[in-house]
Amino acid sequence: MTSGRYPTTSNMAQLTRAGRRRAGILASLSMLITSAFFAGVGYAAADATTEPAKTVHEYTLGNGMKVLVKEDHRAPIVVSQVWYKVGSSYEHDGITGVSHALEHMMFKGTRKHPGGEFSRIVSENGGRENAFTGRDYTTYFQQLEKSRLPISFELEADRMRNLVLPADEFAKELKVVQEERRMRTDDNPEALTYEQFSAAAFVNSPYHHPIIGWMNDLDAMHIDDLRAWYRTWYAPNNATLVVAGDVDPEAVYKLARRHFSSLKPSRIPAQKPRLEIAQTGERRITVKAPAQLPYLVMGYKVPVLRTAEDDGEIYALEVLAGILDGGDSARISTRLIREQRIAASAGAGYNPYSRLDDLFILDGTPAQGHDVAELEQALRQEIQRLSDEPVTAEELGRIKTQVIAADVYQRDSVFYQAMQLGMLETVGLNWRLADTYVERIRAVTAEQVQAVARKYLGPDRLTVAVLSPLPIDPSRPPPAMGGLDNNIR
Amino acid sequence: MTGHSTKFALLIVLPRRFSRLALWAVCLAFMTHAVAAPEIQRWDTTNGARVYFVQAMELPMVDIQLVFDAGSARNGDKPGLALLTSALLDDGAGDLDADAIASGFENLGAQFGASSLRDMGSVTLRSLSEPAHLDPALDLLARILRTPAFPADALERERNRMLIALQSQDQSPEDIAQKTFFQAVYGDHPYAADPLGTPESLPALTRGDLEDFYQQYYVARNAVIALVGALDRADAERIAQRLADGLAEGGRAAPLPPVTPLAEARTEHVEYPSSQTHVLVGAAGITRDDPDYFPLYVGNHVLGGSGLVSRISAEIREKRGLAYSAYSYFTPMRAAGPYTLGLQTRGDQAQQAVKILDQTLGNFIQGGPTAAELTASKKNITGGFPLRIASNSNIAGNLAMIGFYDLPLDYLDRFNERVDAVTINQIRDAYQRRVHANQMVTVTVGTTAP
Repeated sequence: MTSGRYPTTSNMAQLTRAGRRRAGILASLSMLITSAFFAGVGYAAADATTEPAKTVHEYTLGNGMKVLVKEDHRAPIVVSQVWYKVGSSYEHDGITGVSHALEHMMFKGTRKHPGGEFSRIVSENGGRENAFTGRDYTTYFQQLEKSRLPISFELEADRMRNLVLPADEFAKELKVVQEERRMRTDDNPEALTYEQFSAAAFVNSPYHHPIIGWMNDLDAMHIDDLRAWYRTWYAPNNATLVVAGDVDPEAVYKLARRHFSSLKPSRIPAQKPRLEIAQTGERRITVKAPAQLPYLVMGYKVPVLRTAEDDGEIYALEVLAGILDGGDSARISTRLIREQRIAASAGAGYNPYSRLDDLFILDGTPAQGHDVAELEQALRQEIQRLSDEPVTAEELGRIKTQVIAADVYQRDSVFYQAMQLGMLETVGLNWRLADTYVERIRAVTAEQVQAVARKYLGPDRLTVAVLSPLPIDPSRPPPAMGGLDNNIR
Repeated sequence: MTGHSTKFALLIVLPRRFSRLALWAVCLAFMTHAVAAPEIQRWDTTNGARVYFVQAMELPMVDIQLVFDAGSARNGDKPGLALLTSALLDDGAGDLDADAIASGFENLGAQFGASSLRDMGSVTLRSLSEPAHLDPALDLLARILRTPAFPADALERERNRMLIALQSQDQSPEDIAQKTFFQAVYGDHPYAADPLGTPESLPALTRGDLEDFYQQYYVARNAVIALVGALDRADAERIAQRLADGLAEGGRAAPLPPVTPLAEARTEHVEYPSSQTHVLVGAAGITRDDPDYFPLYVGNHVLGGSGLVSRISAEIREKRGLAYSAYSYFTPMRAAGPYTLGLQTRGDQAQQAVKILDQTLGNFIQGGPTAAELTASKKNITGGFPLRIASNSNIAGNLAMIGFYDLPLDYLDRFNERVDAVTINQIRDAYQRRVHANQMVTVTVGTTAP
């Protein structure tokens, strides 16, 4: 997720294709697929004559801060992002949500730029800004006309080390975060189901916890929790600065040195491994909430690029996700939605760039006249089929073509190009992986896809959650959810 | 959206003030100062489709958007018809079925899309520009436009999926608020109805209805074709003509009826078991060619359109912590689109929040912005111009908007100077003439405050 400092819209899938709409989480999953699956920046098969400089310029300042610069001279703009190696997966019980709460407070001022001056300055310079918190990173960004880049650097360098964190501002901002949680999760039955699904699937991995935090932890959060968190993680040697756009890399490096190199590094604590215990059998949960529609989500424990012994398996899982849900010609659309008509909407997705072992997700809403049991059965049959039979040459070819094309399309977004670099670097991979993505996908064989299906998509690695709708009865009071009563004041 | 993917960051660049129903009507406000707007080439196909083209050679790709005046405002007495028609476009063309169409595009790496809002029905194609990919993708698109099949079995499937989508809306307090708001603001006007239709209307739609709708509205004279990409003018002309050739010539859709303003303020409450109450306040606002567009657009930027530095956000969120999102926006449309102010807050705070929202609006109508506020907003809007035309997809959206709403070809070139020309007095005058706090709808969805 991306609980950002600013509210954002997340219903685009519904907007663009209401007739084909995917239910809440599904819409998100489809984003996950298009972006995760097509995440390469290599240009192996793109038209060589129009290939831009594919070089990323990498620098490291004396204080340990990494700087990545990617040129894109199509328009006179620049994207500047600061990525910190901290997020909800760094948190422990009792302080869940602290990374995200701190992200909100990063806009509340330093001595040099007090109060909301940060946002005001960016705005007056024609900029767009926001921030987002994930499980494995916290990121701040500005998009600006290219000559305004020094403004971004000055403000980001200042708040990297000099945040004030006033208690009275925190009291108000915590209420904002709690409203955000109500909006995103408590009043959204599919999101609520997903939150409890993750908590059931992960026992001791920190992915057990929601990014936004449990409401009760938010209720009890103290400004000192944020101060400690800020002191621990916000330092140049725990940050990566990514700049993409119409810039000269050497000039960006000089500018970065001017603004950031005087910041003192910190001793960053080593992360405990917190490896998820081996799952020893299928898990199932039910979530009851006021809703009109049932919802199913299933997840199989799988490795990711950072944890895999054989990274070829990860690219095979990427292809497998594409076989199931890489467009309207993929198996879920073709078979479950159009042919069998068991699903009104369904999806499959996988994020190979997580820091820790993750889940291969399938989810959906049954079509009229079908129930979640039938939908689950149909999805499990698709998984079984992937284990039993190699995928066809046509399917494999299609996915490879889509990846090559998407690799060109995503170069239309400067923001996305910066995002890839920052994420890879921050989760502990190397940004150069982006350059080899297309060729690694092209190398995947039908046998490898079948092998990962057999190895990882078995029932003992599976968690299933079902949303069981309660009637939406206007005379009923809201369901009791921990921490609804706001006692922060 | 929710907390499980690191990838959703892609979504964060879409500020909430952009309405989901007329997204591009709002989100394409931009323009130029230091940065030259792209050179727009403009012509008609032989059968009267209006073509807008911007050459962009840097990436080997092409974006095509065909935009028709075929949104849900054209449904007549058949709610859901426009959207169902749009949803079935890739379900059959001539003797090709949905599987053949989907794999046809995707085997080429091409991306097809069809969508339908209140004003527009649009069909999009993104493809690599090299002929081996582009030509067959265009063939397929042309075939869809020429001979959409609307197969009976696909109609049943998509009808059922729209019925499910309606249920999904009914479990979202935000969606319920939007629907209630449009019904209350628009009464008998075609904008009142949700594009998804109703549980009663959808079962009655027939294949004949879809064919008739397509024949009337998906026609060349009712179409704008926007092209952006690695093409030369001759290629672009050939492509536009080839696509338009599949369409009947037809005529432009008739003007929509004007919107009757509300005579008095109105309150609608929907009881819903959510922890928050969703609040929408507003009324019919402006058309895309409204003479007050610039004073109102810039004025609203100060009031509730500039994120956290706006007045509404300062009052509701920054000073009091009442909501994560508090905003206002105009949605200029073919007929007067809505002016919407909104927030969502814990149920027991809803009355307080509505009161502050009303006060903030009232103060603004009375006094307008301060000189400092106006300057800050102008700097944000004009200084951010380059961001609005930075990508091919940005530019394609702009072209479609300019074409659909018949804006002048120099609209982008002149945008910044028109923003800069707005004065405090113009904003105050426009708000006092056009925004009447005592003729607004207030919708709340949530539990009644104790």
